[in-house]
Amino acid sequence: MLAKRIIPCLDVKDGEVVKGVNFLNLRSEGDPIELAKKYSKQGADELVFLDITATLESRNNVVDLVRKVAKNVFIPFTVGGGVRSVKDISELLSAGADKVSINSSALKNPKLLNDASNRFGSQCIVLAVDVKRTEGSWNVYSHGGSKSININAIDWIKEAEDRGVGEILLTSMDADGTQAGVDLEITKLISDMVSIPVIASGGIGKLDHFKDAFIIGEADAVLAASVFHRDIFPVQTVKKYLLKNGIQAR
Amino acid sequence: MIGVIQYGMGNIGSVKNALDHLGIPNIVTADKNQLSSCERLILPGVGAFEPAMNILTDLKFDVFIKEWALNEKPILGICLGMQLLLTSSKENGTTNGLNLIPGQVMPIKNAHRKIHIGWNKVEPTIENAIIPKSGFAYFVHSYACQPENKLNVIAETKYGNSFPSAIQKRNVTGVQFHPEKSQDFGLNILRNFAHASV
Repeated sequence: MLAKRIIPCLDVKDGEVVKGVNFLNLRSEGDPIELAKKYSKQGADELVFLDITATLESRNNVVDLVRKVAKNVFIPFTVGGGVRSVKDISELLSAGADKVSINSSALKNPKLLNDASNRFGSQCIVLAVDVKRTEGSWNVYSHGGSKSININAIDWIKEAEDRGVGEILLTSMDADGTQAGVDLEITKLISDMVSIPVIASGGIGKLDHFKDAFIIGEADAVLAASVFHRDIFPVQTVKKYLLKNGIQAR
Repeated sequence: MIGVIQYGMGNIGSVKNALDHLGIPNIVTADKNQLSSCERLILPGVGAFEPAMNILTDLKFDVFIKEWALNEKPILGICLGMQLLLTSSKENGTTNGLNLIPGQVMPIKNAHRKIHIGWNKVEPTIENAIIPKSGFAYFVHSYACQPENKLNVIAETKYGNSFPSAIQKRNVTGVQFHPEKSQDFGLNILRNFAHASV
């Protein structure tokens, strides 16, 4: 049986892993390569690296980081942040990334999703969506959560699936960094709607939250940051907990 | 020396990184002279069956690989590289493959999602030197190999129906998962391939 995936997320800024609350107040969490090795050893199923500065100067550093990770870590990893073109994707994949996540630039130019999945295959194109609840529905935000886009999350994700993306990385901005649990409602809504895997993100603080995301939210994978960076519990503790609760884990 | 066939389909760098990490001498090339001097070959691949087969044919790798297999030298197909070893694929119509192991490549059946992405258990069905014991490996695919002869199946995995996750016919081996991305379990499989006698 396919295992539910646990994915530590490494937000990278100026060569360091950082983490904030509700996308703000960043603090340093350590060296990306060392953390990647540590999580791989702990049994992480995948890793996600997000370049949260995503400036042109940081692009080269990210490609360099991808190359180092690929030489040291033998689990799949996704890279995102500032991916704007087929050329950017090609560069990251050649450097050793397995998947690329696209957010703001897909909202600006949705055709990028078609071009990217036709060229590289759906399996390596992840759509990252940052959503915020507003009066019973969920709105999409771009540019690291700073810019509201007048589009409903459900419509956008449906469109992205039709355009060929292979996975959805769904982050609830309301929940992110709060450690109060993922937004189960939107996670389940999206998971029921699409035929591609859904990665739930934002809000993990307790072991129960993983179980709820998988069972109630019907997520295929859960992404978390703070709880792993701050050693609140290591990945293997989460895996043991899931297995004990009848959830298939590796 | 392991030769990794470079024909422009997919993330060949990760196979090289894994072999380097294991200290296994390897060369990634499209040069048939260099590949001929290797003891073993790896045929990697990510993407669709038809374009991959077209490239192999255009570069005359189809003939090269068939001769290699006839000479009883070991070859390992990974992911799409495994599927290419079969007679034909039903992905976007019917396309002929290398036909080193008789069988067809068919869509995954009765599964929760149409793409099988993630870690799943590989269970050996026959005692073999490449996959001596069961473990979790990383998969990304939506088609699966169905060899005609069940004795060519060396491991199975359950996703919807069970499907063959590793196949073998004498010196020709294929794995549907990515050993180069399957941490210790996968790295061991690459090590076993590098040392197994045929």
